[in-house]
Amino acid sequence: MTNLLSRLFGRAKKGSGATAKDRLRFVLQHDRINLPPERMEEMKSEILAVIVKYLVVDKDRVEIDLEQRDRTHSKLVAEIPVAIHTPSANSKPVADSGAPADAAESNGADAELADDDSAVEAAKSDSPKDAKEAKADEDEEDKKP
Amino acid sequence: MGGKVVTISSGKGGVGKTTATANLGISLASLGKKVVVIDADIGLRNLDVIMGLENRIVYDLVDVVEGRSKLRQAMIKHKKFDDLFLIPAAQTRDKMAVSPEDMVKLANELREDFDYILIDSPAGIERGFRNALEPADEVLIVTNPEVSAVRDADRIIGLIEAADKGPGKLIINRLKTELVKKGEMLSSDDVFDILGLSIVGIIPEDELVLSASNSGIPVTLNMQSKAGMAFNNVARRVIGEDVPFMNLDENPGILQRLAKLLNGR
Ligand SMILES: Nc1ncnc2c1ncn2[C@@H]1O[C@H](COP(=O)(O)OP(=O)(O)OP(=O)(O)O)[C@@H](O)[C@H]1O
Ligand SMILES: [Mg+2]
Repeated sequence: MTNLLSRLFGRAKKGSGATAKDRLRFVLQHDRINLPPERMEEMKSEILAVIVKYLVVDKDRVEIDLEQRDRTHSKLVAEIPVAIHTPSANSKPVADSGAPADAAESNGADAELADDDSAVEAAKSDSPKDAKEAKADEDEEDKKP
Repeated sequence: MGGKVVTISSGKGGVGKTTATANLGISLASLGKKVVVIDADIGLRNLDVIMGLENRIVYDLVDVVEGRSKLRQAMIKHKKFDDLFLIPAAQTRDKMAVSPEDMVKLANELREDFDYILIDSPAGIERGFRNALEPADEVLIVTNPEVSAVRDADRIIGLIEAADKGPGKLIINRLKTELVKKGEMLSSDDVFDILGLSIVGIIPEDELVLSASNSGIPVTLNMQSKAGMAFNNVARRVIGEDVPFMNLDENPGILQRLAKLLNGR
C-alpha cells in the first residue's frame, strides 16, 4: 500500500537514475586524477605498507579516500587509526618523532588493540604484500581444473 | 572583433551536436542575426542534409582552405533566411586536410561579416575537435542524460579548460521527463551536479527531430515541437536573453499536481 501510494505520489524509490549518478561520480573521480581504481588500491596498500613498518595500524578502520570538490580540486584524505604505545604491551620500536596528530585522538578501541597481542599480530601479518600473495594464490587455485 | 564563434562539441558521438548546430543557426537567424554555420566534421558531412541544403553544394571547407574556392563561393545560403549560410565539410577528405590555424584564419575572416559563427565539431578528442575548438569564443557541450555521454563530456570539458576556452556551457539533449520522474534517468540537476557547468539548454526527446531530419527542415521551424522550442530558447540565451527553462511536463495530470503539492515541490 505504501508502495502504491508513494508511486502514485511520485516519490519513487531509488531507480537506475540514482545508480547512474553514483557510477558516474566514481568513474569521473578516477578519470579526473588519471588513476584507475585498481592502481588506487595498489597505492593505498603501499602507503599502508610503509606506515605499518613504524606503527601498529587498525587495518579494519583505515580510510583513504579521494575527495573531489569539482573537476580541478581533488584531495586524498586518509584516516589511519594507530595503536597507542602502552609500556606493558610487547613494545614495538616507534620513530622518535612520535605518533602523528591522529594518534593523540586515539580512542579506547585503539588502546584495546594495543593490549590485545593477538589483534596486533593479526594486523601485522595482514600486510599488503601478504594479502597480495594470498590473492595470487587464490587466483592460482581458480585456474586449477 | 565583430562576430562571435560558438563551437558545439560533445566528446561522445551521436548525442545531437549537428541537430543542435542546425537548430541554433536557424533560431539565431530568425532572431535577426547574421549567421554562418560550419560543418567541421570532415569526411562525415552531415550538417548540409540536416539543414536541407545538400543539393546546393559546389565547394566545401577544404576547397576554401586549400585555395580552390573563395570563401563566399563555398557559402550556401539557406532557403528561408537570407542571413544564414552553411560552409559544408568535405566528404572525401580527412580531418588532417584542415589545421586549427586554418580554422582561426577562416573564423577571423567571417567575424567581419557575421554576428555568429557556429562550428559543428566532430565527435572525439582528436584533430577535428581541435580544429573546431581553436577559433572558439564560447563552447557549448552537448550531452545526453546517460553515463557514457556524461563521462565523455567531462573529458571534453577538461580539454576545453586546458585550452583556455572554458568554462563551456551545457546542452542536455534527449531528456525523457517521464523516465526522470520515475527515477530511471539522470535529471538535468544530476548532470549539473556532476559536471558543474551552467546549463544553457534542456532539450526533450522528441520524435519530431527525426521527421525534421527526414525532411531537412530543422525542428525549430516546427511550432508544434517541444525540442524546437527548447532549441529556440538556447539561441535566446546565447544572445544574452534571460529565458526561464520551460516546463517539459506534457499536461501535468491531477494526480501529479496533487503529488507536487503533497511533496512540497
Ligand atoms: N532531442 C532529440 N529527440 C529525438 N532524437 C534526437 C534528438 N536529438 C538528436 N536526435 C537524433 O539523434 C541522432 C544523432 O543526432 P546528431 O546527428 O545531431 O548527433 P551528433 O552528435 O552530431 O552525431 P555525430 O557525433 O555522429 O556527429 C539523430 O538521429 C537525431 O535525429
Ligand atoms: Mg554530427
